[in-house]
Amino acid sequence: MQAVVTAVGKDKAGIVAGIATCLSENNANILDLSQTIMGSTFTMSMLVNIEKDDKFNDVHEALKAAGDKLGVTVHVQREELFDSMARV
Amino acid sequence: METNQILETIKMVEEDNFDIRTVTMGISLLDTIGGTVEETAKNVYKKITTYAKDLVAVAKQIEREYGVPITNKRISVTPISMIAGSANEEEILVLAHALDDAAKEVGIDYIGGYGALVQKGFSHGDLALIKSLPRALTETDLVMSSVNIGSSKAGMNLDAVKLMGETVKQITDLSDTANAKMVIFANAVEDNPFMAGAFHGVTEPDVVINVGVSGPGVVKRALDKVKGESITTVAETIKKTAFKITRVGQLVGSLAAERLNVPFGIVDLSLAPTPARGDSVAEVLEAIGLEQVGTHGTTAALMMLNDAVKKGGVMAAQGVGGLSGAFIPVSEDAGMIDAVKAGTLSLAKLEAMTSVCSVGLDMIAIPGETPATTIAAMIADEAAIGIQNNKTTAVRILPTNGAKVGDMIDYGGLLGTAPVMPVVEKSSADFINRGGHVPAPIHSFKN
Repeated sequence: MQAVVTAVGKDKAGIVAGIATCLSENNANILDLSQTIMGSTFTMSMLVNIEKDDKFNDVHEALKAAGDKLGVTVHVQREELFDSMARV
Repeated sequence: METNQILETIKMVEEDNFDIRTVTMGISLLDTIGGTVEETAKNVYKKITTYAKDLVAVAKQIEREYGVPITNKRISVTPISMIAGSANEEEILVLAHALDDAAKEVGIDYIGGYGALVQKGFSHGDLALIKSLPRALTETDLVMSSVNIGSSKAGMNLDAVKLMGETVKQITDLSDTANAKMVIFANAVEDNPFMAGAFHGVTEPDVVINVGVSGPGVVKRALDKVKGESITTVAETIKKTAFKITRVGQLVGSLAAERLNVPFGIVDLSLAPTPARGDSVAEVLEAIGLEQVGTHGTTAALMMLNDAVKKGGVMAAQGVGGLSGAFIPVSEDAGMIDAVKAGTLSLAKLEAMTSVCSVGLDMIAIPGETPATTIAAMIADEAAIGIQNNKTTAVRILPTNGAKVGDMIDYGGLLGTAPVMPVVEKSSADFINRGGHVPAPIHSFKN
């Protein structure tokens, strides 16, 4: 399955690295990535591939924990949500 | 994938209280009728706990995967009076308890359908069920009831209206809050996922998944961005927002149906408020330009809102049904509560508003000494609006013994708190006590 990972929070060194490492440890592949700083807020969104559907909950929990450690709010949501809202 | 779109979606949930209000599984109980009420109750419990055993787990997993809260998981069933035609008012209570036990076993929030359809007259089971309501609603926790007393095709059963006025009073004598679990309809719909009025109509399939969306906060935020622009822009903005909200409902409903291996029925395109600030239909109306809901112009703004929500949602969902429109309960909407307290929103204005939105006089606290015939007359007025205008109307009115006008009554959780509203004190008794049947209105010569 494909999922969108977003991280929002105060900018500091190592956020992308931290999230990417966590994804790598959980065998989730990054397909697309965009990152921007708005004011002092760091905003990143990634499209990732999670190989097995039943691994979603593990990846979700690991990323939430990684976000807590990095001081950013992390969301992990299946891609279809955004597709269905933005496209007819 | 646009980052802005992603962040907008996340904001809808985090800041604007967007949620899927309910995933409701409709279950037909027509095949559970046994030789005795006990046997029927056993079958009812077994069917519900078998069909809905994974409902909560599936909904929770979807919630996690998509990051959209599913606030309630509910079940609606065939109106119980239909499966208990030979029971008396004592015996039929066994079925209320069977529903409650089954709901608790599968872990849902509410089960609806302990009701009857009596627009044309009462069957034996209908009368037994209505007479059992005071006990059924106070002896169970999760059971919800609806009684349909009129329709555009059949007219209005004034005997039933009178009986329901008395029933509301009897429930009040047993509990201050149990009336929140009962709604009195005209033109009830058979696929409504919202409580207290959800039931599974006899024309529905054996089992079905229906979804109710919510999101007044999302609409309000969108309207904040078009301040001062023409009402055409406002209507267009509401349509677009309703489209997005409904798409999530469609996605969640189809996923739940697929994972539960059940057909997907409808999305109910509703703006359902909660008592939380920022999740209020009143605040949407105020964002359109009213200083406070209830002032002149409220009915017009609500008509436009209700219509735009439908227009936006219809294209977003594969099947649309239920009540579909804006809900205007008082106790469940922070802005409505403020307006009642300030004296801006009256019962008369609420009644006018119900002629252009999806339901009716909903979650309104009134003094406990209000006579049963006055409550019945309020039900009759509301039903008349629905019957004449081919729309659903409902009454969920909450008399509280010992309460005076202005007192605040707390109903707990999503049901919120309501200020006790004044009721006209002149009697309607002679009208209600006539009984009989109000003929169906003529459907031509419309003016």
